[in-house]
Amino acid sequence: MALKIVKGSIDRMFDKNLQDLVRGIRNHKDDEAKYISTCIDEIKQELKQDNIAVKANAVCKLTYLQMLGYDVSWAAFNIVEVMSSSKFTYKRIGYLAASQCFHESTDVIMLTTNQIRKDLSSPNQYDTGVALTGLSCFVTPDLARDLANDIMTLMSHTKPYIRKKAVLIMYKVFLKYPESLRPAFPRLKEKLEDPDPGVQSAAVNVICELARRNPKNYLSLAPLFFKLMTSSTNNWVLIKIIKLFGALTPLEPRLGKKLIEPLTNLIHSTSAMSLLYECVNTVIAVLISLSSGMPNHSASIQLCVQKLRILIEDSDQNLKYLGLLAMSKILKTHPKSVQSHKDLILQCLDDKDESIRLRALDLLYGMVSKKNLMEIVKKLMLHVDKAEGTTYRDELLTKIIDICSQSNYQYITNFEWYISILVELTRLEGTRHGHLIASQMLDVAIRVKAIRVFAVAQMATLLDNAHLLTGNMQRNGICEVLYAAAWICGEFSEHLENPLQTLEAMLRPKVATLPGHIQAVYVQNAAKLFATVLQSQKDNTDGTTAQETSQLMIDRLPLFVQSANLEVQERASCILQLVKYIQKLQQKEVEVAEEVIALFAGELNPVAPKAQKKVPIPEGLDLDAWINEPPSESESEDEQPKAIFTKEEPKHSRPRHTEVDEKELARRREARKQEQANNPFYIKASPSSQKVYQDTPGVEHIPVVQIDLSVPLKVPGLPMSDQYVKLEEERRQKERADKKKKEKKKKKEKRSGRGKKHDSGPESEEDITPAHMVDIVTEEMPENALPSDEDDKDPNDPHKALDIDLDKPLADSEKLPVRSHRPTEVQKSPDGDAVSTLQEAKRSIKEKKEKKKDKERDRKVRFAFKCHLLSNRISARYASSMTKTSHLKVFNDSYLSFAFGRRAKKRRRRKNTNMKKRGWIYSGISQTSPSSNLKDPVYDIQGNLQDGSQVVVSVIFENKCDSFLKSMEFNVLDSLNSKLQRPEGAGAHDGLTVPFQLPPGVSNEARFVFTVQSIVMPQKLKGTLTFIVKNEDSSTHEKLDFKLHFTCTSYLITTPCYSDAFAKLLESGDLKGSSVKLEGINMPFHHLLARICFHHHFSVVERVDSCASMYSRSIQGHHVCLLVKTSNQTVSIDAKCDEPALLGNVLDEIKQTFSECDCVHG
Amino acid sequence: MMRFMLLFSRQGKLRLQKWYTATAERDKKKMVRELMQIVLARKPKMCSFLEWRDLKIVYKRYASLYFCCAVEEHDNELITLEVIHRFVELLDKYFGSVCELDIIFNFEKAYFILDEFLMGGEIQDTSKKSVLKAIEQADILQEEDESPRSVLEEMGLA
Repeated sequence: MALKIVKGSIDRMFDKNLQDLVRGIRNHKDDEAKYISTCIDEIKQELKQDNIAVKANAVCKLTYLQMLGYDVSWAAFNIVEVMSSSKFTYKRIGYLAASQCFHESTDVIMLTTNQIRKDLSSPNQYDTGVALTGLSCFVTPDLARDLANDIMTLMSHTKPYIRKKAVLIMYKVFLKYPESLRPAFPRLKEKLEDPDPGVQSAAVNVICELARRNPKNYLSLAPLFFKLMTSSTNNWVLIKIIKLFGALTPLEPRLGKKLIEPLTNLIHSTSAMSLLYECVNTVIAVLISLSSGMPNHSASIQLCVQKLRILIEDSDQNLKYLGLLAMSKILKTHPKSVQSHKDLILQCLDDKDESIRLRALDLLYGMVSKKNLMEIVKKLMLHVDKAEGTTYRDELLTKIIDICSQSNYQYITNFEWYISILVELTRLEGTRHGHLIASQMLDVAIRVKAIRVFAVAQMATLLDNAHLLTGNMQRNGICEVLYAAAWICGEFSEHLENPLQTLEAMLRPKVATLPGHIQAVYVQNAAKLFATVLQSQKDNTDGTTAQETSQLMIDRLPLFVQSANLEVQERASCILQLVKYIQKLQQKEVEVAEEVIALFAGELNPVAPKAQKKVPIPEGLDLDAWINEPPSESESEDEQPKAIFTKEEPKHSRPRHTEVDEKELARRREARKQEQANNPFYIKASPSSQKVYQDTPGVEHIPVVQIDLSVPLKVPGLPMSDQYVKLEEERRQKERADKKKKEKKKKKEKRSGRGKKHDSGPESEEDITPAHMVDIVTEEMPENALPSDEDDKDPNDPHKALDIDLDKPLADSEKLPVRSHRPTEVQKSPDGDAVSTLQEAKRSIKEKKEKKKDKERDRKVRFAFKCHLLSNRISARYASSMTKTSHLKVFNDSYLSFAFGRRAKKRRRRKNTNMKKRGWIYSGISQTSPSSNLKDPVYDIQGNLQDGSQVVVSVIFENKCDSFLKSMEFNVLDSLNSKLQRPEGAGAHDGLTVPFQLPPGVSNEARFVFTVQSIVMPQKLKGTLTFIVKNEDSSTHEKLDFKLHFTCTSYLITTPCYSDAFAKLLESGDLKGSSVKLEGINMPFHHLLARICFHHHFSVVERVDSCASMYSRSIQGHHVCLLVKTSNQTVSIDAKCDEPALLGNVLDEIKQTFSECDCVHG
Repeated sequence: MMRFMLLFSRQGKLRLQKWYTATAERDKKKMVRELMQIVLARKPKMCSFLEWRDLKIVYKRYASLYFCCAVEEHDNELITLEVIHRFVELLDKYFGSVCELDIIFNFEKAYFILDEFLMGGEIQDTSKKSVLKAIEQADILQEEDESPRSVLEEMGLA
């Protein structure tokens, strides 16, 4: 023994410690991976040693390697070993490793329950602390359920150190096991008034987190928190409380009103920026929740804005950023207060920190008005020019478009200006947002009818200068604009000044280098232009221009007919044939223009993006039903080119340019207005615009402001939107002047009357009239469209489960589970019951497995639950724990149960082994047992990993009769191989006294250690339990015989194994093979595997289709490898093991399991 | 609630990681890589906050080490900075003017300190003193574990 220790210590001296490892890694910069893999090999060796110090050192190194990104999950079991060391030094390392490496699907976690429970109740507060800290990182729903009660008790521990940790971890427990919230809440609430400030702040933290998710359940705590807020001086706590109030106020406006005063006081007085920031945020939240427009709160808003201004002006970038962030919250409800700080925000656009600039941009979005839009966008355009880096520039671009297009172009007074901005943006180098610009151009041109003339002219220029956009291949993104330009020019070609020139531009050979979907649009719209040219030449008797145009088309289109893109090809060939035909007709001098233009007649109205979705399905229509026989699957759908906008709809057959007289026009307008009035999705024009609308004879006649000739419309490359800013300024001034004149007149008229005072302050929003009347066409929606989409909450939010009413009194059923032995019901028919428990056991295996399956469907499935045993009379189920002293964790309430004799008393027996190796044993108690009394024994057997020859059997005795049982003595007839360990000095046949007595209905557990020599054979041990049954009047001596069945499977331990290690093992050639065939198994393969895992303690190494490799290890270190294959109800198991006898027995047991299962099935 | 805390060097070497919510190993690696890239690319004059996925990232550089925390949307950025600073102070007190090497070679100690300071993503104790006291006590306990056995005893010769 001494030698062993010496050897261990010497080994240890040569082991690398963590420092050596770190140093080594730093010295092997070139071949780090190789060095680490040798280190891992060493660590594996160290983990095999018995010395816990060596193991802890190895685990510590593994934790370091885990941080570097190496997989250490294979050592999970060793981590548990180190965790359960009795020495704090090692325990600390074990828990640290566990908290770093374990996660919910780590299967050994379930083995830690008892160890953690033990540590939680340790007299040493640091043991408890370390366990709580670790648990907070890897708590699972199972752990939370099993330990909730223990942790709740710790909340009232005498040491504040423990209390505060227990309080904090309760939050994690609630999340994993929501049922614990109600029973634990009263105690948590108590902790708000704990004498220790640490505990108090922990409780505030937890309740704040809880309340943030489900505030309504915590409203009743408001007075308590209010008291805390006004009394506490700890800023950390104050911040949490204030945050909590922020969550509560939306539900209770009165609370908000009460809060304003203390919060503003804090804002005035505090010097801590974090607290100030929190207060400002909460005041904002409060004011948002209060009905807006309460006059007496404008002071608070002003205060907030002032403070935020100070933050933004601060040189500290962090404060600047947060100031802007908070400002944007105020902006939503009180835009006026923020708008007055426009100067400051615009300054921030020059900040060197990009994140600050982006924040400022966000703010600008909300700050624009009709008045300042042009100015702000002008600034932004300057920034676009200056911006370094495409990301920020792209961000600016999208922001400009967002700002302008928000709320249906609400703030745009001059669409010519906007189109110019869009055109300017196309000159941005390397932008990815060509798409966005294109869709804006289309949207504006389609929906703002008045702007079409201008837009078409601009687009024609763009097309003419397309080479500027496409010249550089890197600027590919921007060529999307040409898509829009071509479509606009084609569709609204009647507005083109020189359609022939544009047509020519669209048919240049260079176009063939554009992406296919753009070419397709080019070709299609060339045809529209062609029709327009013909139309314009209609009255020209000469006809040469028309014929030249046809020739141009015929010359250029073949280029597109050869295109590789199907869409382009198809359109081009159709149109080419059409033009050729037209040319023939032209040569015969037939008038064709009317007919050609009729091809493209009708107006395209924009359709709302959601329109299709909103069409209600008529009753009785089943869109999924086949109308005729389903076609064969080989049919493929035609490829559709990606459409850039979804607004296209089938063309109406109504001719576009029919001459209509005034009356007809008026009639139609009336009809349309009627239609619009009935259409809920049509935005009704504001009164002012309606007036103008009525005055003008028709859309085509909307007056368009004369464009200043100094604006170089036709010269691309020069910014021109600036001109509009100037123009707009002049226009507004003029308007103002006009108005003043009018007002003066009015005043003069009225002076004699009431002498009403006129507000002569700065012009308000409403005063700015658009430069020209625009009719923004709303997107069409189907009739009967269903309004509004409901926004769903995320169903996966774990906090949803915590939405629990905490004010209801606790019901008995809600008590936290307290660990106790579960009662077995009195069973009348042993056979029937065995079946039912077995079925229940099976069902829960299935449930467990299915849960798992969901999680890791395609991943390796490893089962950590084990042992289920049955004989024809008995069924039992065990789970095992890893700890020396504590019992198994039992999964299920069905223990091994028997009933015999007339009086149906029960004893339950469960056997539990020590650390690491466990197994199960059959127990058979013959029904012919002479004992007619008492009890149902339940036992569980576990091997001891540290000592390959020890097995611990723990037995639960439960007294089911009405009498008192005492003087119980447990005795087993030893075999050569297995012996009950008796105290020193006791005879080989003496029984062991069970160290307790059993009053009626009480159960208790005793453990007995057996030494086992060989584990290769199963064995049965006969035993007897003697006891005295004491009644009021008499006492009798009773005896109960039983058998303990140590199966070979019970010596196996589920040990995870990786496929590489597994392959090595098989290749080593040390193993001997054997195989077995199971016939008539008709269960799914994964059930089969689960069953083997569960009953026989195997783990799945790898699974491919209907073939799986499995592994297990015996307490004495034998490797057992299985290869399981299935086909047509036949399962063949090829097995290898270094101990053939053990293997044979294990296979027999597996076979038996399946034959029994089938019996039960049948 | 804090979701995780990372310490990494200017060279992009992870020195410490603490996750307060269960996260799969693969996601952790991906997130760490992504975040390190973002944070290391930021210029020194930039503010310490950034929005990333649905989280707020608060980071600060101390000498060659970046301390980087991910907090939830409602959390207070400034207090998170304060947490980082407090942690640095604690390390400093414990190691005595801490440097990166201290954390590399005593990484488990750094974890122990962090675990006394934060738990489950919440501040455990707002008092520096009591955190340091707890660490000290635990260390003493650890020494008691180790010291009473002389070398000879340990060798099994005593």
